Amino acid sequence: METKPRYTPLLFGLELLCFLLGLAFLMPFYFLIINAFKKLGAILLNAASLPESWGFGNFKKAWTAIDFPVVFMHSFVVTALSVGCLVVAASMTAYRLVRKPTTFNKLLFTVYVAAMIIPFQSVMLPLMRITSLFELRGHVYGIVICYIGFGISLSVFLFHGFIKSVPLEIEEAAVVDGCSPYGLYWRIVFPLLKPISVTVIILNVLWIWNDYLLPVLVINDAFTTIPLAVQKFFGQYLRKWDLAMASLTLSTLPVVVFFLFLQKYIIEGITAGSVKG
Amino acid sequence: MHNARSRLKWNDWLQQTVFVGPGLLIFMIIVAVPFAMGFYYTFTEWNGLDLNAAKWTGMDNLKRIFTDDSRFWTAFWFTARFTVAAVIVTNMLALALGMLLTRHLKGSSLLRVIFFLPNVIGGLLLGYIWYFIYVRGFAAIGEATGWHLFNLPWLGTPGTAFWGIVGVFVWQTSGYMMVIYIAAIIGVPKDLSEAARIDGASAWQTFRSVTFPLIMPAITICLFLTTSNAFRMFDLNLSLTGGGPGYASESIALNIYREALTNNRYGLGTAKAMIFFFAVALITVTQVWATKKREVEA
Repeated sequence: METKPRYTPLLFGLELLCFLLGLAFLMPFYFLIINAFKKLGAILLNAASLPESWGFGNFKKAWTAIDFPVVFMHSFVVTALSVGCLVVAASMTAYRLVRKPTTFNKLLFTVYVAAMIIPFQSVMLPLMRITSLFELRGHVYGIVICYIGFGISLSVFLFHGFIKSVPLEIEEAAVVDGCSPYGLYWRIVFPLLKPISVTVIILNVLWIWNDYLLPVLVINDAFTTIPLAVQKFFGQYLRKWDLAMASLTLSTLPVVVFFLFLQKYIIEGITAGSVKG
Repeated sequence: MHNARSRLKWNDWLQQTVFVGPGLLIFMIIVAVPFAMGFYYTFTEWNGLDLNAAKWTGMDNLKRIFTDDSRFWTAFWFTARFTVAAVIVTNMLALALGMLLTRHLKGSSLLRVIFFLPNVIGGLLLGYIWYFIYVRGFAAIGEATGWHLFNLPWLGTPGTAFWGIVGVFVWQTSGYMMVIYIAAIIGVPKDLSEAARIDGASAWQTFRSVTFPLIMPAITICLFLTTSNAFRMFDLNLSLTGGGPGYASESIALNIYREALTNNRYGLGTAKAMIFFFAVALITVTQVWATKKREVEA
């Protein structure tokens, strides 16, 4: 156990510096929120001052302008389905790759790891042909399948690193007790993977919820997600700052709330995912 | 006997299929096959309007990119400069924050949350928030304080737009890297830095000779993540400047996107995307190789 250092002027100075930096980091959110409450004229006059009154008129208009409940549901469904499938598919793959290291499986792991450096742009144009060939465009399942394809590399990589450190004894005991290979995975192994599953869920939620380019290419108008709706709004109503700020506040709110509730796990998960992976 | 063995084999094959099959099938369809197709389309004229009609034109696309596409090379040069600036500033700031927030300061867990916060919002929305701040917010601050820095046309000239995007990238990414550095700094054995302290090393010497070599694995990861993110930057670019003014701040990713979807030149776009892939692979692999060499064990 180490002792706390004495409280010195230097330490106080560093604290002050950190808080000033923290305020600077929060500055954009200050601008975002106060201007979401102002009328357009007041924004144009002075974007830094506090609003005269805190009415929710802008939010009401923005709510209908970007069709918020609908796009929120779309984003939610796409993210939940993709992440759910990714966790199951990637953990099963990684489990098999660790426990049965045949030549094929070793090669497969290498392919998954190598695929992580492929930029999305290098795949996206042929992918448009594939998605239209398999009739994946404009459907929820289409974009979910795309996210599984793009997310599986990293997720397998993370699970693989974790499973290597899980001891075999419990599994052997379960086999002796007559557990089938599938029951073994589902009832014994999968619950053991909870810490890394949380990491995989968080990293994928942040990515998929915020993704813009893939939805543009494969879902278009049929199934608009939040980033698409906001982008369209900015294209149409450039400089309607009052509504723009309100719609941006609405759109960022869900994921910020998600983060604030789970920040402990998110920060731990990112640490685990990057350092141990 | 023979029967039992073949049943065992069949069982093993079935397990392989159930565990690995679904993920692999989707990965093949969504990533591997399109990636391979990209090599073919690089040598075709393909307009994307009729997704099935691509005409083989051999080296035409590549010839055109290398001899007659200054806009692509402007984008390439912009992306390269951007990556260098963004990687250096992000990691210096992140490492500094990591060092500060592992020193028992008051409110350091709250500060970690604050510094991380920009990461949870997508690049596109962040870009729009900052677009507003550059266009209206800074003007208001400039008027109140009279500081010249805030009165610059932040997205209006090539030079300021460059640093404008770098600034937002740093603001967004450094909190994430800070988290990784914090984990690494906490992992440095206390007795090593204490021994250095007793031997009379200054804080800077301790950092340079003890902490820094021991957190090299984290530096490898952070450099890899920032390099590949900066090199692929797309969302921020689209929402902040749209590549402007002119094409001065157009990144490679945005250039490829526009070539295909605005100009309907999918063949040319794919050719660029393949050059892009080789550049990304070369840069990130070299960087990981170079920093991995310097990693040491505690």
